[in-house]
Amino acid sequence: MTTLTLSKALNEGLRKALEDDPKVVVMGEDVGKLGGVFRVTDGLQKDFGESRVVDTPLAESGIIGTAIGLALRGYRPVCEIQFDGFVFPAFDQIVSQLAHMRLRSLGRLSVPVVVRIPFGGGIGAVEHHSESPEALFAHVPGLKVVACSGPADAFTMIQQSIRSEDPVIFFEPKRRYWDKAEVDTGAGLATALPLESARRVTEGTDVTVLAYGPMVRTCLEAEVAAREDGRSLEVIDLRSLSPLDLPTIFASVRKTGRCIVIHEAPVTGGLAAEVAARVTEQCFYQLEAPVLRVGAFSVPYPPSRLEEHYLPDLDRVLDAVDRTFGY
Amino acid sequence: MAVDADGAVTAPEPESLDGPPGSRAELIQLLTPEGERADHPDYPLDLTTDEIKALYRDLVMVRRIDTEAIALQRQGELGIWASLLGQEAAQVGSGRALGPRDMAFPTYREHGVAWCRGVDPVKLLELFRGVSHGGWDPADHNFHLYTIVIGAQTLHATGYAMGIQRDGLVGEDGEAVIVYFGDGATSEGDVNEAFIWASVFNAPVVFFCQNNQWAISEPLERQSRIPLYQRASGFGFPGLRVDGNDLFACLAVTRAALQAARDGQGPTLIEAYTYRMGAHTTTDDPTRYRLASELEAWKLKDPVERVKAFLVRTGSADAAFFEGIEAEADQVGRHIRQACLDMPDPVPPAMFEHVYAQPTALLLEERDAYAAYLDSFVSEEATR
Repeated sequence: MTTLTLSKALNEGLRKALEDDPKVVVMGEDVGKLGGVFRVTDGLQKDFGESRVVDTPLAESGIIGTAIGLALRGYRPVCEIQFDGFVFPAFDQIVSQLAHMRLRSLGRLSVPVVVRIPFGGGIGAVEHHSESPEALFAHVPGLKVVACSGPADAFTMIQQSIRSEDPVIFFEPKRRYWDKAEVDTGAGLATALPLESARRVTEGTDVTVLAYGPMVRTCLEAEVAAREDGRSLEVIDLRSLSPLDLPTIFASVRKTGRCIVIHEAPVTGGLAAEVAARVTEQCFYQLEAPVLRVGAFSVPYPPSRLEEHYLPDLDRVLDAVDRTFGY
Repeated sequence: MAVDADGAVTAPEPESLDGPPGSRAELIQLLTPEGERADHPDYPLDLTTDEIKALYRDLVMVRRIDTEAIALQRQGELGIWASLLGQEAAQVGSGRALGPRDMAFPTYREHGVAWCRGVDPVKLLELFRGVSHGGWDPADHNFHLYTIVIGAQTLHATGYAMGIQRDGLVGEDGEAVIVYFGDGATSEGDVNEAFIWASVFNAPVVFFCQNNQWAISEPLERQSRIPLYQRASGFGFPGLRVDGNDLFACLAVTRAALQAARDGQGPTLIEAYTYRMGAHTTTDDPTRYRLASELEAWKLKDPVERVKAFLVRTGSADAAFFEGIEAEADQVGRHIRQACLDMPDPVPPAMFEHVYAQPTALLLEERDAYAAYLDSFVSEEATR
C-alpha cells in the first residue's frame, strides 16, 4: 500500500497500462514534457517515448478522430481532453464516429479509445473549466461512461477502461486530484471491482444516497453529519454512469425506501433524472418518498465567486435528507 | 469575391479558381478529352494494352452499377443513392493505384474505389437500402466503411497512418493510406485538422479530394477563393491538381503520391478536378441551382468515353471487345438488381447487437421486452 493523490494514482495506472500493453498510446495537449496541466501524465513521455506519449496539435476533434484511426490500426489510445468545456469540438467524433463504429461494422471493428476528461467545478476557474457534461455522453448508446471518485478506484478504473473493448469516457473529479488515499499498486485487476459496478461506500438503513466523482466525498461528509442526527445514510458511488449498475441501486432503495441522487451537473435532464425514473419504475411500492435530485441550477456555470452557491454541498445534501423524511 | 455597397457578395468568374491572378494552375493530364495520349515529365506511365482494357472495364462496370442503383432507388428498392456519375476515372484511377496493403477511407460516393478493392457492389446497396450501415469487412478489402459525416474520415485515415508509422512500416516495403473527400469537405474543421496532423507528424497519407464542383447546391466559389490544391502549401505539404476525368493521370499521380507516403515523404493533397454529372443524391434536383449548359460542357470531357476513344484511336480494341464489356456490365446490373430484390430485412432483435462488445443487461432487457411485446400480437391473432 502507498499513499497517493488521485492525480498520481491515475499516473501510476497509466504507467502500468503502458508497461502491460505496447499498443497503449497516451495522447493529448501538453501531456508530454509538461506532464499534463494536472500532471496526470507526468514523466510518462520521458519513460515511454514520444511515439507512445504524444503531444498533439491543439484541436480536440483531431485528437479523437486520429485516436479512432489508431484504434482501427490496432492501438489503444488514451486521449486527454484538457478541460471538460473543451470536449465539445470533439463531440461529433465521439458521438457519431467513436460510439457508432462497432454497430456500423456489424461488430467487425472495435475502437477501444479512452477519453479522459477532468470534470466539475470548485476550483475557482474561469468559464469552460468547471463543466459536468457526463449526461450528454451517457445519453449516447455505444459509449461507456465512468467517473472515479478517489485514488484507489482511479488506479484500477483507468486500467480497466484501457482494457475495455468499448470506448470509455473517463471522468476525473478535478477538484479531488490532490485528495490522498491508500492505493495497492501491486494488486492486479483480477480481484478489482468490475468497471460497470457501483460501490457501496457506507452501509445505512434510512436513505440511499447516490453520487459519483467529486460528490462522493461530499456525500460521505453528509453521512457523518447525518449520523449525529440519528439518520443512517447508505452512500453508493455509482462509478459507472453508462451502463448504470441498476441492481445495486434497486437493492439499496428497496431496503431504505428513500433515495437521493446528487451530482454537480444541472438537475434538468441530468443523470439523476434517469436514475430517479428507473428507481420509480422498479421500486415504486418500496418508496416512502419521491426520489430527490440534488444538483446545480438550470443555468450555465456561473463566475467562480458564485460557484459555492451553484454547486451542491454538504448542507444541500442534508437538506435533501430532511426533505425526504418530510413526506 | 466582391462585396457591393449593399453587402451582397458576387462570386468571381470560375477562371480565377485556376490560380492566383496572373498565373494558370497546372492541370496534370495524360489523356486528353479527345482520347489522345499526353506526356508529363513528372508522371511517366507505361500501361500495356491489356491493363488499359482492364481499367476501361472497371470504368464501365462502376458506371453500370451506378445506373442500376439509381434505377433501383427510383423503383423504391433503395432509400437513396449517391451517384458517382462523372467521377469514374478519379475513383478507378486512384483505386487501382493502391497496393494490396494500402488502406482506403471512403466517403459514401466511392463506389468505384469499392469496386477496385473487391467489395461486392451488393454490399454497397445494403447501406442505401437500409439493411445495414456497412456490410463489408474492411479487413478483407483494406477498404474502410463509408463515412457519411462530411470529412470525419480524414482524421481516421490520418490516425491510421500514424499507426503505420508506429508499426515501423514506413520506408522500404512501406504502407500508405488514401482518404477520399469532396470539395465541400475542405471547409470542414476535421479536414483542416487532418491536414495539420498529417503534416506535423509526416504521416503516410494521401488526401484525395474529388472536386466535383458542387457541394449539393453550393458551387466551389462558396468553399474557396483559391484552387483547393493550393491549400496544401499552407499546411506544409505538396498539393497538385490532376484532371479528374483522366484515368491515366489519376492513376499516375496517385501512384506517385502513395509511393512518396510509403517512402516516408509524408502527405500529399491531390485535387482531382472533375464534375458531378448527376444529382448529389437521388433526393436532389440540380436543375434548381445549375445550368444545363454546364453539364453539357462536361459531357464532352466524359471520363469513360475518353478511354474508349483512346482504345479505338490506337486500334487497341475492336467492336467485339466493347460488346463483350457491355454484355458483362448488363450481367453485373442484373446480378445486383436480383440480389437487391432478394435482400431480406434484418430481424428486429438485430438492432440490439453490436452496440457494445458484450451486450449490457439493459440492452438484453430491452431486446427481450420488445420481443415479448411483438409476440403478444401473434398471441392475440391466434386467440381470435
